[in-house]
Amino acid sequence: MVGWLGAPQVLSLVTNMLEQGFLFGFLGLGVLITFRFFRFPDLTAEGSYPLGGSVVAALLVAGANPVLATGVAVLAGAAAGAVTALIHTKLRINNIIAGIIVMTAIYTVNLRVMGRANTSLLETRSVFDVVADGLHAVGLSVRVSAPTVIASLFGLLVVVSLLLVVFFRTDLGLAVRATGENEVMIRALGVDTDRTKLLGLAISNAVIALSGALVAQDHGFADIGMGIGVLVTGAAAVLIGEALFGDRSVTRWVIAALVGVVIYRLLVAVALRIGLAPTDLRLITAALLLLALSVPQLRRGVQG
Amino acid sequence: MLRLSGLVKRFGVGTPAVVTALDGISLDVRAGDFVTLIGSNGAGKSTLLKAVLGLVAIDQGRVELEGRDVTREPVYRRARVIGRIAQDPGESTCAAMTVEENLALAARRGRPRGLTIAVTVAHRAGFRARLAEIGLGLESRLGARVATLSGGQRQALGLLMATLAHPRLLLLDEHTASLDPKAAEQVMTLTGTLVARERLTTLMVTHNMAQALRWGSRLVMLHGGRIILDVDGEARRGLQVRDLVRKFYEASGTELAEDRLLLAP
Repeated sequence: MVGWLGAPQVLSLVTNMLEQGFLFGFLGLGVLITFRFFRFPDLTAEGSYPLGGSVVAALLVAGANPVLATGVAVLAGAAAGAVTALIHTKLRINNIIAGIIVMTAIYTVNLRVMGRANTSLLETRSVFDVVADGLHAVGLSVRVSAPTVIASLFGLLVVVSLLLVVFFRTDLGLAVRATGENEVMIRALGVDTDRTKLLGLAISNAVIALSGALVAQDHGFADIGMGIGVLVTGAAAVLIGEALFGDRSVTRWVIAALVGVVIYRLLVAVALRIGLAPTDLRLITAALLLLALSVPQLRRGVQG
Repeated sequence: MLRLSGLVKRFGVGTPAVVTALDGISLDVRAGDFVTLIGSNGAGKSTLLKAVLGLVAIDQGRVELEGRDVTREPVYRRARVIGRIAQDPGESTCAAMTVEENLALAARRGRPRGLTIAVTVAHRAGFRARLAEIGLGLESRLGARVATLSGGQRQALGLLMATLAHPRLLLLDEHTASLDPKAAEQVMTLTGTLVARERLTTLMVTHNMAQALRWGSRLVMLHGGRIILDVDGEARRGLQVRDLVRKFYEASGTELAEDRLLLAP
């Protein structure tokens, strides 16, 4: 596919794809929970993702420990998801509208948290520095480079994926999934669906905020506009993965989301390489989403 | 056990087409009663069952369960002690999840759900044993999605799920009506077995007079949202379909328009 490129370019293409793919992998996992398990596009993501970035940026600039700052960003994301769930369940407002309301409100929260529209993190320490320091302490001489970042992101992604897979196999996790699949049934089995929705949306947005916090630290800045289009990106990734892996079990769904994100990043990277400008990115994303969504219909068309 | 006092439910209030589904229904169900509820379309049978679980909010009246007023309690709270299965299998089983996941969800009814693994090897063995009793071959399909089961298998699974956690009350809302005669017979036989073994207090809605006479210990006939017949013990024994038809004419004073009530084995 990239035969006309030299070896160094291919290498940089692959490293870039993996790094960005793993960073957005958390976004894919978060979107999977709402878009697939709860079957609605949760626009809170467009707020909780930059919220993760803003919170981590504000704390890092204030001199906080990067791990702690990232943890607080995750909690902030969970809170955003919880607010959407409460608006939906207690005020009986449509879940998409509830997400839009929270997304809109978070924009101001992010500006207040950072105090401005963007914050540079080039001078502050990041979680990746912490990882490199840790490796130093055990005698490995590494600096913060693409391989270190990719390896630490991959490790964290595996841990979070495993936690999610195990969670959705517990009594509580199964009830959360059933809430999305068949609310009438799960209520008739004694489950308070207001609580399971709250939990599901909190987990989803916590993971999405983690994505935003890591992206800010990797890219070296947090920006008020960084969340625009993330829901579509996440949904496209989930759908691409699903088209390849199917949706037979939670494990396959999680793997599909992760692979989907990496493939999505690959497609974007290739599109940019072959001459499309970064300004065309949204159009490419929309085209990919449309393609992924139309796969079932196209298949049917081919079969007869 | 279950005391219903003066239940009133109207649909479409404020429109020209107001329908009174429940018109002051009072019923005292004793522990161990197996009540069959019959009546024509619109008699209020299903609405009554839904009001017991809270799926329908009543306009007036009171629902008491084991001496506790549950009239204002949400469905999920009442469901801790009430199992229900309806005509539509989608209301009591989850198509997208596997047989064992469905059973695991049902097994936790009435108990807190925490971070313990839902389906363990031990659970599977238990589920397999319970499914083998049904005799529909489900014991070898624990990992199959419920969507791939036949209608009869799905209702049998729903029945097992409704009774798995030993509820205090079982509600059956025409749960065999959408099945073919053979599957309906299998599911009804299974119902009889489970109710007898667990000594479940049961309310069963049916369109079928013969079924209402063959099963249960007490028979209640509804018409126009009111109870027009309530018999058990000696009075119920020896009743035949033609007696029910006569009672229906006497009590309601209207033509029995529906063949469905009379026919069907």
